[in-house]
Amino acid sequence: MTTHKPALLLIKDERQIRRFVRSVLESEGWQVFEAESLRRARVEIGTRNPALLILDLGLPDGDGVRFIRELRDWSAMPVLVLSARAREQDKISALDAGADDYLVKPFGTGELLARVRAILRRLDKARAQEESKLEFGAVCVDLSLRRVLREGELLRLTPLEYRLLTFLIAHAGKVLTHQQLLTGVWGQARAENYPSLRVFMTRLRQKLEREPSRPQYLLTEIGVGYRFVTDPVDDAVPQA
Amino acid sequence: METPRLQRLPSSAREKILKTLKLAQDMGAETATLPGSDVAETVVEYARNHNLSKVMLGRDKTRAFAPWRSGYADRIAQRAPELDITQIVRDEGAGARSSANGEPARLERIAWTGYLVSAGVCVLTTFAASALQPLFELANIVMMFLLAVVLIAVRLGRGPAVLAAFLNVAAFDFFFVPPRFSFTVNDFQYLLTFAVMLAVALITGQLAAGLKYQARVAMNRELRARALYEMSRELSAALLLDQIAEIAARFVEGSFRAKVALLLADEHDRLNFPVARSQVPVDAGIAQWAFDHAEAAGAGTGTLPGSPVLYVPLKAPMRTRGVLAVQPSGTRWLLIPEQRRQLDTFATLIAIAIERVHYVDIAQLTTVQIESERLRNSLLSALSHDLRTPLTALVGLAEYLTLVKPELSGEQREVATAIRDEARRMTALVNNLLDMGRLQSGEVKLNRQWQPLEEVVGAALAQAKPLLGGHEVQVQLDPALPFLEFDAVLLERVLFNILENAHKYTPPGSVIRLSAQLRETFIDVVIEDSGPGLPEGMEEEIFKKFTRGRKESATPGVGLGLAVCRAIVEAHRGSIRAEKSALGGARFVFSLPLGNPPALDENTVPGSLRDNR
Repeated sequence: MTTHKPALLLIKDERQIRRFVRSVLESEGWQVFEAESLRRARVEIGTRNPALLILDLGLPDGDGVRFIRELRDWSAMPVLVLSARAREQDKISALDAGADDYLVKPFGTGELLARVRAILRRLDKARAQEESKLEFGAVCVDLSLRRVLREGELLRLTPLEYRLLTFLIAHAGKVLTHQQLLTGVWGQARAENYPSLRVFMTRLRQKLEREPSRPQYLLTEIGVGYRFVTDPVDDAVPQA
Repeated sequence: METPRLQRLPSSAREKILKTLKLAQDMGAETATLPGSDVAETVVEYARNHNLSKVMLGRDKTRAFAPWRSGYADRIAQRAPELDITQIVRDEGAGARSSANGEPARLERIAWTGYLVSAGVCVLTTFAASALQPLFELANIVMMFLLAVVLIAVRLGRGPAVLAAFLNVAAFDFFFVPPRFSFTVNDFQYLLTFAVMLAVALITGQLAAGLKYQARVAMNRELRARALYEMSRELSAALLLDQIAEIAARFVEGSFRAKVALLLADEHDRLNFPVARSQVPVDAGIAQWAFDHAEAAGAGTGTLPGSPVLYVPLKAPMRTRGVLAVQPSGTRWLLIPEQRRQLDTFATLIAIAIERVHYVDIAQLTTVQIESERLRNSLLSALSHDLRTPLTALVGLAEYLTLVKPELSGEQREVATAIRDEARRMTALVNNLLDMGRLQSGEVKLNRQWQPLEEVVGAALAQAKPLLGGHEVQVQLDPALPFLEFDAVLLERVLFNILENAHKYTPPGSVIRLSAQLRETFIDVVIEDSGPGLPEGMEEEIFKKFTRGRKESATPGVGLGLAVCRAIVEAHRGSIRAEKSALGGARFVFSLPLGNPPALDENTVPGSLRDNR
């Protein structure tokens, strides 16, 4: 973690929620700025240059998804989205627009902190030298040799499976929507291709996971997409 | 063809024609009765109006006495060279046989009185003429006799007119032409007078009778048309089924001198029978048959013609709406195609009116439903936002309390944790309530996609992980299970709710086993546990809203979780049930239909990078 206080912009219209998020993050050593509307947020982003944006999708003065798209035109600033439950389409649109992760309301401090840390860790990793070797569980992926070992034995992956795996590894920790995966791995995304994505994901799980129906690394984000995590304990999401 | 000659035919012959028409109708033909005096011309006109290309006729009889008169076929051919004409053999034998036992009809008796009146008029004319004879020339006397013939033709028709023509010629000869009081004629010139007089009398009589007949036919038609017009006008203003029934009864009774009962069908396609007011002896069986087959039955039809009542189905564009039971005073008119068509038209008008009233009702109901739906939806979304936002803050702030420095004392920390837990439970309850509301209001659109069961099971287990720490969870899923089409988010709720129940109602350390099996066209997903099990007899009850296995138990909850599960599973055309598990505890089974998964041909995997395996 960085030593100086990183700045964070919280865009949310509910004062009580802002207050609790602020308190939790400040106790973690963040410097938190608040904005209650998108208009205010634009000003704050310009003046504070925060390291992270926490954005509620249901703001009264505009479309959060469009705001993210706008932001992505000029900044790679990470965005964590707060969304209501059962609004999968909102989450998908936000992620497709370039949001990094989402939190479903109501969320606890544990979840909030886990997500914020995960985003920052990913950024740190991205800045650090690309690793050529990655280990999770009993699996070892050697990106330079293009081979995958499980418990020391060579795993046979098809080219497409390997490509899917490396794409997931490249975005480790981040939720990838079905569409992002299809575009990234297959080169095109159409709704009728979703089942084939699922077929490959299932196969990958069967080859890499100890218990495919209770995956530890290749997680399903129901209704949204998939997330690859290398350290299940730290990223575990305690939920209601 | 309704020509003047038709009226002259004996009733047995008319009935034969009607029976032929009926037979043709029964065999699927469309019959039409056309008014007109010239058969060929009317046939040609009708054929042209209806784009008919072929005319089939009985073969013309050879006319030994009038070879100059061409047959119908020739005349039609002359008028319409574009029509194909086929002549078929006439079945004379059968006609002769059936006319042999024709009954002496009432009509003929009426005709005899006509002849008597005709003769009487001739006598009167003769008296009047003899009174005037000294004053007028014989030529003018002839005019009086002719006038008498014309009047008789107009009043009494053709037969009496013919009689009058002959009688008048005879009377003129006998009483007026010298030598008087003898049929002998001195002057040869009078023979021509007689011939012309007879010819003129016959022709004018014929014309007058024909015109009168045409006028009567036209009047009948106008009456029918007027009845239809008035009935449709009244029906279009009717807003209640009772009004329609009253209008139907009035018009059918007026037009056919028949008693009427209107039988309406309910939504289960069963006819409702009017209890007391009906004067028609309705046979429920025949009526239902007519309704089910959308075909007329009873008197005058091919089905159960012995019944005194005719059952006409009320066929509307969308469906058959009921049956019109008609009890005619005599069954004869039922055979007349024109009358039947009139009745069928009535039936159609009534059916359309009933359907219109039906849809007016539906439209009103729909408006009300849309309104209440809108109200409910806005209420739900308001609730959803307004309840969750403070809950989110509550959960977060309570958790934050446990993090603040200086740390809370043990008791304070416990209180903070309790606040958080209660708020979370409240959230779960609100979620279930809102889910239930949305599922029941039909607002939820299933986002069905083909996907493996494994994924949603994995996600549900991950979500329930904090709850199931103390339980031994076993998962037995065959990797070869086919893809299913379901809404993953909703199915995850089902699994999570059942798992949460297992957590709530079983002691720590219990086994929870999740498995799935193929069964015919379904996949059964089974979640069972080794806990205390469900109370006897509650297996069905627990799926009802606000019902819990144990009333007043210390375990929190209001009994919505399983109701939500059932609503979701049923929205997927599946079923859910609870029973006793072999593990000793409860066993929940929900079945989802297999359907036809899309073919996932490896070679058609999208994109340039093919998977070569």
